[in-house]
Amino acid sequence: MTPSLRRLWDHYRSASPVTIALLALVLGLVVGAVIIVATTPAILDAWRGAVHSWTGPGHALKVTFDNVGAAYRSIFTGSIVDPPQFWHSVTTGQNWTASLTPLSETFTYATPLVIASIAVGITFQTGLFNIGANGQAILGGVAGVAVATLVHLPMALHLPLTLLAGIAGGVVGGAIPGLLKAYTGAHEVIVTLMFNYVASYFMLFCLLSTPLQLPNQTNAISRTMPGGTQLAPLFGTASGLRVNYGIVVALAVTVFALWLLNRSSIGFEFRVTGANPHAARASGINARRTLVTSFLISGGLAGLAGVTWVAGTTHYIDQNFLQGSAGIGFTAITVSLLGRNRPIGIVWGSLLFAALEVGGSNMQANTGIPYDLATVIQSAIVIFVATPVLVKEIFRLRALRAESVKVATAGWGL
Amino acid sequence: MRLELRGITKKFGSLTANDRIDLVVEPGQIHCLLGENGAGKSTLMNVLFGLLQADEGEILIDGEKVRLTNSGDAVRRGIGMVHQHFMLVPVFTVAENVVLGFEPTRSLDRLDYARAREDIRSVSRQFGLEVDPDATVESLPIGLQQRVEIIKALGHDAQLLILDEPTAVLTPQEADALMAIMRSLTASGKSILFISHKLKEVRHVSDVITVIRAGRVIGSVPPTASENELAAMMVGREVSLVVDKTEAAPREPVLELRDLVVRDDRGLPVVDGVSLEVRAGEIVALAGVQGNGQTELVEAITGLRHVESGSVRLAGRDITNRPPRDILDAGLGHIPEDRQRDGLVLSMSVADNMVLNTPRRTPFARRGTRNLRAVRDHAESLVESFDVRTSSVDAPLSSLSGGNQQKVIVARELSRPLEALVASQPTRGLDVGSIEYVHREIVRVRDEGHAVLIVSSELDEVMALGDRVAVMFQGRITGVVDPSTSREDVGLLMTGSAPAGIA
Repeated sequence: MTPSLRRLWDHYRSASPVTIALLALVLGLVVGAVIIVATTPAILDAWRGAVHSWTGPGHALKVTFDNVGAAYRSIFTGSIVDPPQFWHSVTTGQNWTASLTPLSETFTYATPLVIASIAVGITFQTGLFNIGANGQAILGGVAGVAVATLVHLPMALHLPLTLLAGIAGGVVGGAIPGLLKAYTGAHEVIVTLMFNYVASYFMLFCLLSTPLQLPNQTNAISRTMPGGTQLAPLFGTASGLRVNYGIVVALAVTVFALWLLNRSSIGFEFRVTGANPHAARASGINARRTLVTSFLISGGLAGLAGVTWVAGTTHYIDQNFLQGSAGIGFTAITVSLLGRNRPIGIVWGSLLFAALEVGGSNMQANTGIPYDLATVIQSAIVIFVATPVLVKEIFRLRALRAESVKVATAGWGL
Repeated sequence: MRLELRGITKKFGSLTANDRIDLVVEPGQIHCLLGENGAGKSTLMNVLFGLLQADEGEILIDGEKVRLTNSGDAVRRGIGMVHQHFMLVPVFTVAENVVLGFEPTRSLDRLDYARAREDIRSVSRQFGLEVDPDATVESLPIGLQQRVEIIKALGHDAQLLILDEPTAVLTPQEADALMAIMRSLTASGKSILFISHKLKEVRHVSDVITVIRAGRVIGSVPPTASENELAAMMVGREVSLVVDKTEAAPREPVLELRDLVVRDDRGLPVVDGVSLEVRAGEIVALAGVQGNGQTELVEAITGLRHVESGSVRLAGRDITNRPPRDILDAGLGHIPEDRQRDGLVLSMSVADNMVLNTPRRTPFARRGTRNLRAVRDHAESLVESFDVRTSSVDAPLSSLSGGNQQKVIVARELSRPLEALVASQPTRGLDVGSIEYVHREIVRVRDEGHAVLIVSSELDEVMALGDRVAVMFQGRITGVVDPSTSREDVGLLMTGSAPAGIA
């Protein structure tokens, strides 16, 4: 091989984080395929037939590949693009809505996920665990809906104020565990984890009380946000595509996080504290202030994620808001891990998770394989990302260490 | 046991850590492997202990070729290893630690502690390794913990002991005790492979010294070789072992401690009324056996530990119980005792570590936004002027050798506006070349007219570097003496007894 090709090959073989993440995706899909095989009666029957008759494994293999292929194809076409449909739109100029809906849905779902995951990532970088992003997002959503439905203002003020209210709601949710840890030593994992319940029940209380509850209702449901406070669909309401200006908010948050973590002094102090709290203290970094600031920023962003979701898609909240599998604040923890707590990594991780989420629904509709398979694939990916050693073993990757060993031994007078 | 290594070669990627190493350890011999940090000593030991596999070469035990694919193989072949960082369970007793993994049992799988205790006592008696089998390991001083490791290795019937920098963590007295133990072990026919970079003790205890540099054997010499010869072999050039310095010209006091009382984590007053003055243009060296309050004293000065009573003044300003930030900004440079814990962030770049305690200062940041170009420029100029060996200022600090990591701290602290410098164990774990360098820099700081306080448990360093030597014992200063005072007298002060004619 020529030297440059060799270097490219070495680079691929070396276990860079990006390589690991991509290979983890591959392994996650393999795990998903194994589960499809093990749980789909048609495939199992085909193999039983292969054993008991003389048809050989060819037919069984074909059934296997057909089924797995169909499942993954529908995840792809449901979340990114359906090529024939797309080609049809390109040639005839018709039905663009149908062609773009998969991508639109993926981006719609990824929008609040990016924001919430960055919120979690910031505390991770500070060496803190914010398991309460979901509760903070709920508070953000409630505060946003309250300001949107109860205050009357011109739109130019009303939308920004709604988003600010969301941030404020999240800040309150972040301040409580932050201050408790800083001044009493209460462990933030316990406090934030339990705070999710506080936030959920506080939301229920609000949704069942005037003035937030939709009048003349007994259900826990809020009024609908007026049009001026909604994040409008990106391509207009007539397009039928749900993707909305929340994307702009998510982009702004990403840029902010890039500045915060890579360029700001406070972010530097976050990272020093996260990487080595002893050195942080000895270097004159105020641990208490760093901790509280990190939680305030994280909570504020989580609140923004909540209000972005409401203002962009549902426009009202009910008792199911961010509950159960819709709890993006929990998904955010895994996405942040997947993206190694870095903004750009988180954006890619969010898009992947959103695509699996959206594509999973499509798979269930088309093939009958339960949507939960998408969750299994997500979980498997996270497990593989969290165990790079395993991935390196499976793919026989060369460790990145050779380089650092060389530097480490370049000692004195050599 | 006779151990022979023939042509051992171990490569990591493009780096050759061991290059065709030949080595023979005769029965009953203390064979020292001398080399700088990063010379390949540890790699070779890991190969020998089965933790790494050599790419080429062979290992012969008593003339028989062996393959060691894991540490269990090595233990079965009679090789024992005492790691630099002990592999003990702190909350277990000595007996439990020794039998761990090879527990003697009675019927019904009950542990046979009586036998474990008896085994330990017999090993202790045989080799003079006194230790209480029922003490929990965490309650023992470091020197005794090391004994437990040695007993553990002997308990597995080791015929060859590998000691990896065993004295790095010991007080001078503990080190002496260890040497005696090593002699009694070899007297009974066991062989010892002893890894070190401390020239004095190496010459003191070894039968043969093999020097390796950059993965190659440079040569084997008898212990009669001079320290300068050995140092030159290690480093590959002449090194000066004495600290070159002129007479101090002390001026006004800069760092003033008055009746300082500081409590440790258990609430005991480990610094108990210390008063000390460090003047501009002098080096005061604080001597003492580790654990006599030096660590806490430095923490109190740097704002990391609460001062119970008394005061700390820096250049006339009271900095008692001020936050560390204020104390750093008041002009106190600090080279911490545990540099990887308190002084550096290993995962961050060299450049970031160079501004670790000044990230908000112009030009490194303006209105909350860091100026990464200024940070890099700053780091590049420091790397240049302090001769830090790194592939780039963007390389993570963990990729640097120990000596170069210390240089990063030295560079960072000395490049700030300073009034006084406090350096704790500034050369601990460093190789000869780095020690020489750090000493030179400390003297330079003094000559620029700053006050310097050195805390060190190495008596050689204290005597060579200090213009005045303060000795600390059980939280008090037992005497401040001239560095020309005899080592015996300083040693007496270190144990709390005042020799005749000294305050």
